[in-house]
Amino acid sequence: MTPQLGIFCVLAALSVLGALSLILQKHPIHSALSLIVVMVSLAGLYLLMGAEFVAAVQIIVYGGAIMVLFVFVIMLLNAGVEEHTNLSKLAGIAGIPLTVALAGFIAAAIARSGEAVQAAAQTGAVSSTRGISTMLFKDFVYPFELTSVLILVAILGAIVLAQREK
Amino acid sequence: MSSFLTTNALLIITLVKIALLLFMVLTVNAYLTWFERKVVAHIQSRWGPHRVGPHGLLQPLADGLKFLFKEDPTPAGVDKFVYFLAPLLSLALALTSIAVIPFGPDPIHLFGRDIYLGIADLNMGILALFAITALGVYGIALAGWSSNSKYPLLGGLRSSAQMISYELSLTMSVVGVLLLAGSFNLREIIDAQAHHPQWGIFGWNIWPQILGFICFFISAIAETNRVPFDLPEAESELVAGFHTEYASFKFAMFFIAEYTSMITVSCLCAILFFGGWLSPFPATPAWNFTHYLPSLLLIPFGLWVIWDGIRYETIFGRLILPAIGMAIGAAGAALLYFPQVNEFLQGPFWLLSKVFVFLFIYVWMRGTLPRLRYDQLMNFGWKLLLPVSIANVIITAFAILKWGAR
Repeated sequence: MTPQLGIFCVLAALSVLGALSLILQKHPIHSALSLIVVMVSLAGLYLLMGAEFVAAVQIIVYGGAIMVLFVFVIMLLNAGVEEHTNLSKLAGIAGIPLTVALAGFIAAAIARSGEAVQAAAQTGAVSSTRGISTMLFKDFVYPFELTSVLILVAILGAIVLAQREK
Repeated sequence: MSSFLTTNALLIITLVKIALLLFMVLTVNAYLTWFERKVVAHIQSRWGPHRVGPHGLLQPLADGLKFLFKEDPTPAGVDKFVYFLAPLLSLALALTSIAVIPFGPDPIHLFGRDIYLGIADLNMGILALFAITALGVYGIALAGWSSNSKYPLLGGLRSSAQMISYELSLTMSVVGVLLLAGSFNLREIIDAQAHHPQWGIFGWNIWPQILGFICFFISAIAETNRVPFDLPEAESELVAGFHTEYASFKFAMFFIAEYTSMITVSCLCAILFFGGWLSPFPATPAWNFTHYLPSLLLIPFGLWVIWDGIRYETIFGRLILPAIGMAIGAAGAALLYFPQVNEFLQGPFWLLSKVFVFLFIYVWMRGTLPRLRYDQLMNFGWKLLLPVSIANVIITAFAILKWGAR
């Protein structure tokens, strides 16, 4: 077993355990902490694939900024232990088949494109910051700008909603 | 046995480096508390610690022992797991961040290998550092939340809001430097400032990036929760803020984390804006005499410590202070005697001198400035610091477009 495979196994196990714990924990803060574990171990996986920039941004944006806001809101509202309601009928009937179907689709997609994923990870063109910025600002400049407009609209919407009470 | 050593040489060297750096950082931390108390005391016309050992030099040791042996009660109703996790997280992240800092330009040749000063030379150096700082908020926020007490909760809330706000301007203010250097690697950022060796101090990033530096330093102080931005632990309002319910060594862990991040920030200031290990004098043969500056500083300082020591009031001080003075003076003389060692230590000497200056500024500000009010803090961060740092990025980008990076 190469060291890379060992690190991969640890990180993968951590992310799966974190995700399970996120769902099963009773207290919102514990769930948020589990989500942070997932984010950080995903960043570790990106690092393992040689995508250093994406890994750093994953931690800075998701692990740092967004999750801090989550924790902040939970602390501010002083949210207690969550209450469990009875499962809705629809979720009970449709949930399990849909989950199985989704898992099947993902497994099929991974099984079919296994080599392509490997190749994309090996090239390293995406890993460098220069490669990423060239792609963002040259090849995908219109989708990129459209996304930023979308985020701007969301920010403006948040401000309008917050101002309404006055 | 020897094959084991050669195959795992990199691992062993790194582990030894980590142990050495950890020891040094913790020692510097301990004496930083002594230094801070002394300087603040003298700013306020007091003597500061002077009972334990000559000039209070053994005070950090006494404090450390006290932290170790004090009773460590866990308050009722705390969230046990998070309560224990928070100080650990703070300390671990603070200590990890210092691993990215390079301390000198040249490697040591030992056992046929080049050993660089600094643990991890990452291509993503500065980004990795920001990633670690971004996670550092959790230590404080979670400590405040898990204590199940109102003052720590308020401190934790304040600190998360403050750190989110100032992280933006902290990151934006560095972009100018990154544009000039064209790299995230800290070594390459320093090398970019040595592009015109004959310019010396005028080649540093501080001149084109003066706005960036001001924004960076202010936001960095806010990120490390130091005066005048120490609202999370404002003792006049919140007892001690987020660490009110922590005692003994768990409290010490927060303390060490705070001082370690002070050291990291000072290193970053020196590296990003003040040329890192570069000498302020032009790197031309005419200025080679400045290489004797370390000796020129160490020998008189050693002599002064000896002179001060033989007049000290206690016998212990009269013995130990001259011994320390002789050691310092001998180190200075040894540098004169071994020119190769002297050349090698030039880089670390300049870097550590700059770090020391920034640490002094930290302490100086603590002794001088009053704490900001909370709304002032938020207004300042969002309405002044962030726009200025964004303007700095735009100006730098256009200047590089017009005149090039150098």
